[in-house]
Amino acid sequence: MKVRFKSNSFVIALSAVVLGLIAGGIFMAMIGSDPFEGFLYLFKGGLMNIERIGNTIATATTLILVGLSVSFAFKTGLFNIGASGQMLIGGLCATLVAHFVNIPRPLYLVVLIAAALVGGAIWGIIPGLLKAKFNVHEVVATIMMNWIAYWSIFYFVPAFLKGPFLETESKSILLEKSLRAAWLNKLFGGSQYINLGIFVAIVAIILIKFILDKTTLGFELKAVGSNRYCAEYAGIRVNRNVIISMMIAGGLAGLAGMVFYTGYASNMQIGVMPSMGFDGIAVALLGASNPIGVFFSGFFFGLLQSGKGFMNAMTDVPPEIADTIIATIIYFTATSVLFKRFWDWVARLLSVKFDKKGGN
Amino acid sequence: MSHVIEMLNIRKEFPGIVANDDITLQVEQGEIHAILGENGAGKSTLMSILFGLYRADRGTIKVRGKEVHIANPNNASALGIGMVHQHFQLVQNFTVTENIILGREGGFILDRRTAAKRIKALSEQYGLSIDPYSIISDITVGMQQRVEILKMLYRDAEILIFDEPTAVLTPQEIDELMQIMRNLVKEGKSIILITHKLDEIKAVADRCTIIRRGKFVDLVDVATTSQAKMAAMMVGRQVNFKVKKKPAEPKEPVLFIKDLNVLNNKKVLGVKDFSLEVRSGEIVGIAGVDGNGQTELVEAITGLRSIASGSVQINGTDITEKDIKERNEIGLGHIPEDRQKRGLVMQFPIRDNMVIKEYYRKPFSKNGLLKEEVIRKHAQDICDAFDVRSGEGIESAAGKLSGGNQQKAIVGREMMLEPNLLIAVQPTRGLDVGAIEYIHKRLVEHRDKGHAVLLVSFELDEIFNLSDRIAVMNSGRLIDTVFTNETNEQDVGLMMTGVKVRGADHESTI
Ligand SMILES: Nc1ncnc2c1ncn2[C@@H]1O[C@H](COP(=O)(O)OP(=O)(O)O)[C@@H](O)[C@H]1O
Ligand SMILES: [Mg+2]
Repeated sequence: MKVRFKSNSFVIALSAVVLGLIAGGIFMAMIGSDPFEGFLYLFKGGLMNIERIGNTIATATTLILVGLSVSFAFKTGLFNIGASGQMLIGGLCATLVAHFVNIPRPLYLVVLIAAALVGGAIWGIIPGLLKAKFNVHEVVATIMMNWIAYWSIFYFVPAFLKGPFLETESKSILLEKSLRAAWLNKLFGGSQYINLGIFVAIVAIILIKFILDKTTLGFELKAVGSNRYCAEYAGIRVNRNVIISMMIAGGLAGLAGMVFYTGYASNMQIGVMPSMGFDGIAVALLGASNPIGVFFSGFFFGLLQSGKGFMNAMTDVPPEIADTIIATIIYFTATSVLFKRFWDWVARLLSVKFDKKGGN
Repeated sequence: MSHVIEMLNIRKEFPGIVANDDITLQVEQGEIHAILGENGAGKSTLMSILFGLYRADRGTIKVRGKEVHIANPNNASALGIGMVHQHFQLVQNFTVTENIILGREGGFILDRRTAAKRIKALSEQYGLSIDPYSIISDITVGMQQRVEILKMLYRDAEILIFDEPTAVLTPQEIDELMQIMRNLVKEGKSIILITHKLDEIKAVADRCTIIRRGKFVDLVDVATTSQAKMAAMMVGRQVNFKVKKKPAEPKEPVLFIKDLNVLNNKKVLGVKDFSLEVRSGEIVGIAGVDGNGQTELVEAITGLRSIASGSVQINGTDITEKDIKERNEIGLGHIPEDRQKRGLVMQFPIRDNMVIKEYYRKPFSKNGLLKEEVIRKHAQDICDAFDVRSGEGIESAAGKLSGGNQQKAIVGREMMLEPNLLIAVQPTRGLDVGAIEYIHKRLVEHRDKGHAVLLVSFELDEIFNLSDRIAVMNSGRLIDTVFTNETNEQDVGLMMTGVKVRGADHESTI
C-alpha cells in the first residue's frame, strides 16, 4: 500500500513537471521562438557533457539541502521561510572556519560541517523557541531572522573576512579549504563547481529519511505535524518538537549555506539574500516533502537553473522562461488535488474496461 | 404499493473492501424506511450512491418506477432526493435564509425576502420553529439540523435521506426530530432513516432494511419485529442489552479530586468546588446534560487544561503539576470526547495510532528506534480484539475508517494500556448495539481487574447500565453522588437539572 501512495505522489509530481514544460513550450512559441530548440538547449545546457552534468549536480546540491530543510519543518507542520537566513549564517560559520582553522583535512571537514550545522541550527531554533514559548508564527519569525542574517553579514564580512580589493564580498577561501576536490573535478571533466557537498546532501537525505521513518523522534515530529491536538493528548511534548524540528531544519539549511559558499562559490557577498532559500520551498513542494522526492526535484530544478544560461546563449529564448517553467510547475503541484482526481478518474475508467473484458 | 425508490442489486467496492454487495432497497411512497446496520455495514455508501456522490459498480436505481442514472447531487436534487449529511454543510456567519438559498439558481440578493417568507411558511408547515433570519452560529446543533431539513424542503425534495441524524442531538432534540419526521410523512414525503439505534427505529419507522457487512439481510415490518430480533439480525448473533456484572468491590482510592475549580473557554469557572473519589474496582458515572462542566473536569484530570485551584491525585500522587506524559505513565487512560480532534492522527496508519502513547517505551522501541514488527503485532492484536474493520487492515489511514471503527480503535488502544484509572468519555458514541455490548463488557472487566473507571456519558441508559455509583453534575457543581442500585432515572434526571433529591443521610460520598 505504501508503494501505491508513493507512486501516486510521483505521478502527480511528474504530471506537474510535464504540464510545466508544456506551458514553457507554449510561452516560447508565443514569443516567437522554437520551443523544441529552446528545450533542446535548455537540457543540453545542463546535461550536454560530463562537465555540465557536474555543474548541474553542484547547483542541485544546494537546492536539495534547502528543499530538505523546508520539507523537514513541514513534516512538523511548520513553514520554514527562513532557509535563506539559515544559509547565510551556516555559510558564514563555514567561511570563518575556512579562514581560521588550520588542521588536517579530514578533521577540518568535520569541523566545517559542524560549524555550518550549528550556525544554521541556531538560526532555526530561535523562531522555534518563539513559536513554542510565545506562539509567534514561524513565518513571521523566520522572515525576521532572514533580515537579521542579511544585515549581520554587512557587519561580519568586513569585520573579519575583509577581502583585499572589494568592499562587497569576503576574502576568497583557499582552494584546499573549500569543499572542492581535485579528483571530483577531474571525474566530471573539469567542472569547476562540483564539490563534496553532494555527498553531504546524500548522507543528509538518508539520515533524514531514517529519522522520519524509523525513529521515535520522527514519529513524534510527524504526529505533531499531522495533528497537534492528538499529539498533545497522547503526551507528546508539542513545543519541544517544534523547537527540535526548527533546529534540524535550520541545520540542514546551514549545510546548504556551507555547500554554496565554500563549495560552489568561494566567498560571501554582502547584500545578497540567497534566492535558493526560497527555491527550496518549490523543491519541497514538488518532492512532496519526501526526502527521496526532494532529491529528484532538487536535481530537476538544478537542471533548469544550470541549463537556462546556455539556452539563452544559443537561442533567443530569454532565461526567464526557465523561471516561468519553475513557477508553472509549482502552480501545478500546488493544485495537485486536481491531478489526483484526474488520475483516479483514468484509473476508474481503465478498471471498468478491464472489468468488462473480464466479464465476457 | 408504489415504490418511490428502488435500488436493485447494488454493488460498490472500495480498495480492499466490498462496501455494498448486492444490496436491494425498496422504499414505498409515504413511509419512513429505516436502514439498520452496524458501523461500517455500508449504509452511508448506499445512500451516497443514491445521492450521486458515488457511482455504483453494478446495479440499477429506479425512482418512481423509472430507471435513472444519478451522476451527481444535482441529478439527485432534480429527482426530488434530498440528504441531511452527518456533518452539516452550513456557512456559520450566514443567516438561515442565506444558507438555504445559497447555490440556488435565481440569484442571491434578488429574492431574499420572498425566500425568507417561503422558509417561514415551510417551517410552520412542518413544525420546525426556525426563524429565517437567525445566524447559524447562534443556533443549536439541533436547529442547524433543521436548517438542513429546510434546505431539502426548499428544494422540493420528496424523498428525504437522514444519515444518522441523532448522533449529534440531545435526547430532547431527538424527540423533536422524531416528531418532525412524522409531520413530514404526514405531508406525503418519504423518508430513509439511517441509524443503528433500535429505539429510534421502533419509535418512527414503518419498515426496516437490515444490512450486515455490505450484504442485505432482511426487510422487516417494524411494528411486528422485536428489538432483540432486529439487533440479532444486524449483528449476526444474540445481543445482550444489559451488561452482566457482579456488585462492585471498591478498594483503595485511585482518583481523588478535592475542591477543584477549572476555568472554561469563556474564562469563567466551568467546574466549581468539585470533589470526588473513584476507587479501584468501581465504575463511577458522571451524569449530566452536555455542557455542564464534564469536558472541563475531564481535561483538568487528564492535563489538557490547567486548573484554577484544588487538587487531583492519582494513586496518591498529586498530579496537578505533572504534564500529560507523566500522568499517562502514572496509569491514566483516556477515551477522549472528540475522537477526530484528539483521539487519532488521521493521516497515520492505524498501526502507528495504536502506539501513539507508548511508541517510546519498550518493547515498541529501543534506543530511539521504532520496532516495527512489535508495533504491527500490537496494532493487529487491538484490531482483532476490538473488531476494528478497515480496507487495508492496520495499514489503513485512520481517517479512512468509519466513525464507529475509529471509536473502537481508540477504546481498544486505551484498554490495552491497562490503565489504573480509565476515563471514558462517551465510549460508545456512534457505535451499534453489538459493539456497545462488547465495550461495556470490557469496561466491566477492567473494573473487575481492580482498576478504577470514570465514565462520562450523556446517555442515562449507559450511565445506569455500567456505573456502580453515579455522580450528577450541573453547571459545574457536583449535585450529589448516589449508588446506582439505590436510585432511578427519574431522580437522576431531576438532579441533572440541579435539584438535590435526597437528604444528606443517603449520601454515598465517603
Ligand atoms: N471512500 C472510501 N474509501 C475506502 N473505503 C471506504 C470509503 N467509504 C467507506 N469505506 C469503507 O466501506 C465500508 C462501509 O462504510 P460506510 O458505508 O460508511 O458504513 P456505515 O455508514 O454503515 O457505517 C467501511 O468498511 C468503510 O471503511
Ligand atoms: Mg455511516
